[in-house]
Amino acid sequence: MTPDLLKQGAERIAEHAKLRVESTESGGRSAGYGRVVQDAKQVDVTHGRILYLEDVSVSFDGFKAINKLSLDIAPGELRCIIGPNGAGKTTMMDIITGKTRPDEGRVFFGSTIDLLRHNEPEIAQLGIGRKFQKPTVFEQLTVFENLELALKTHKGVKASMFFRLDSVQSGRLAEVLHTIHLADCVGKQAGLLSHGQKQWLEIGMLLIQDPKLLLLDEPVAGMTDHETERTAELFLSLKGKHSLMVVEHDMSFIRTISDIVTVLCDGSVLAQGTLDQVQADERVIEVYLGR
Amino acid sequence: MSPLILPAAPALLSRKAWTAFLVCLLLVGVLAPVLNLVVPAGSALHMSDYAIALVGKIMCYAICALAMDLIWGYTGILSLGHGLFFALGGYVMGMYLMRQIGQDGNYKSDLPDFMVFLDWKELPWHWLLSDSFVATLVLVVLVPAVIAGVFGFFAFRSRIKGVYFSIITQAMTYAALLLFFRNETGFGGNNGFTDFKRILGMPIATPGMRMGLFVITGLTLLGCFLFARWLVTSKYGRVLQAIRDAETRVMFSGYSPLPYKLSIWVISAVMCGVAGALYVPQVGIINPGEMSAANSIEIAVWAAVGGRGTLIGPILGAFLVNGAKSWLTVTAPEFWLYFLGALFIAVTLYLPNGVVGLVAKLKNKKGGAA
Repeated sequence: MTPDLLKQGAERIAEHAKLRVESTESGGRSAGYGRVVQDAKQVDVTHGRILYLEDVSVSFDGFKAINKLSLDIAPGELRCIIGPNGAGKTTMMDIITGKTRPDEGRVFFGSTIDLLRHNEPEIAQLGIGRKFQKPTVFEQLTVFENLELALKTHKGVKASMFFRLDSVQSGRLAEVLHTIHLADCVGKQAGLLSHGQKQWLEIGMLLIQDPKLLLLDEPVAGMTDHETERTAELFLSLKGKHSLMVVEHDMSFIRTISDIVTVLCDGSVLAQGTLDQVQADERVIEVYLGR
Repeated sequence: MSPLILPAAPALLSRKAWTAFLVCLLLVGVLAPVLNLVVPAGSALHMSDYAIALVGKIMCYAICALAMDLIWGYTGILSLGHGLFFALGGYVMGMYLMRQIGQDGNYKSDLPDFMVFLDWKELPWHWLLSDSFVATLVLVVLVPAVIAGVFGFFAFRSRIKGVYFSIITQAMTYAALLLFFRNETGFGGNNGFTDFKRILGMPIATPGMRMGLFVITGLTLLGCFLFARWLVTSKYGRVLQAIRDAETRVMFSGYSPLPYKLSIWVISAVMCGVAGALYVPQVGIINPGEMSAANSIEIAVWAAVGGRGTLIGPILGAFLVNGAKSWLTVTAPEFWLYFLGALFIAVTLYLPNGVVGLVAKLKNKKGGAA
């Protein structure tokens, strides 16, 4: 056998293994088998979990914002998070994205990536995108420039200085612009968009990074009914390809998109299940939904 | 999916801007020398030595204003320490010019006069490279770069922002001022360096040399402008603006802001250092006064008056404010600082985008009415 053939064979096996891993949630085999991690930056979801929080606690000046929170999300899942104000929904997202360090607990992205060891830009590059409660776009830049900045590419100083959009990237940009219904406003300054459009733009900026997990904090706040409907369609179309974690208060929106709903209260999980199940839960009615 | 035309990457300069650029190049490189050196002094077209000296000086300031705009206007970081980098470049050049005096000083010694006065017998270590012009040119860039780099690294890594950063830069500049004031640090104390005689072995106070420095300064200014323009039209420039507008979003888009802030901070500092090095041979003196708080603030005022976030604005601002200064300090010297303060407040309150912003606004209004 020549080295060439050996190499080709190895490549074929690797290709095959990759396909198998991606085919099912647990990678099509028993999760119990030991494996060598191929690429430390690749998310390993063979154990069927893309995000895994265990016993996470954080307190601000004695106030326990997150209290022994444990939560996990499967690849391709769309998880809705509800809960009263101050339940720790946003703080949880801060912890996952590296903005806040928890006092204790473990936060893993896939089975191998310890998110507590990374800072915000690294976590973003690993494939976790986040939309803020208040839409945050670059107001002085155009819609196009906003998306161009968010585009998945090398993000160092030198790479940015000599950056030129290639045709693949242009295609991707155009695709996202259509998805977020902003194709007509390519050259418009982002600060001049309506509130709902800014929300869409921010979602577009997440999508163009091609994240594996999207954290969306109140994505339909301030949107018209029509826009909310379109957002629901978008999220449903993303489900399966990406994992989504959506924090919302809009119950009809949640009813449209949700499989499993997690109710947070006082920094930990109060209940979990389908929307009907949690809505029937006495404790949830007590603290959140009201009688 | 319908075809979608994405905007093309912005050009370095539009055709009109290139024309204006070439006109400026001719003004500085051909017209000014001719009007000053060739046209006789009696003629109405003659450009006086005073005018050449003034414009040359202001062009150095304009480079500073441009540098300030990159860090403040585009990146949103207000530095009140740019006077330091200007002075550092100036001091490096000053040391070279001091060594060029040779034995023609008052004490006819190999050492600069102030060292003789302090009874020093040999050159301190940090003067060792000052005999070489090439080393001086390198140090003009390197000294501000290293100091800005070290300072910026720690400041930006600690995520110091806004007014806190401004205050720290101001404090750093003040500390340097105190250091340079002291005789034993070997920078000539409060007198600084002056009484220069030669540059590259040629006498410094001739019309030809003055014109040479003027032209070099003008070319440097135009070069800096082009470089800055290239920076801000690249994606790098847009990341800087994004940092200014929403830094957290930049981080969550996968950019680490530190290298961006640090690089533009160092670039800005180096530009100021180069301006200082061009300034010193033209005005013939450098002393710790260049590091006073007022100087650094003035740089910010030029940028603000002209218009932050545009490149032509700060250059315009430097010319406007300094033109006013040279006029006012002659007619009513005691009012200059009041005027400067009032100007800063007025611009902040009523002209957030400076003169350039005002012009653009008026143009828009006119266009809307017609």
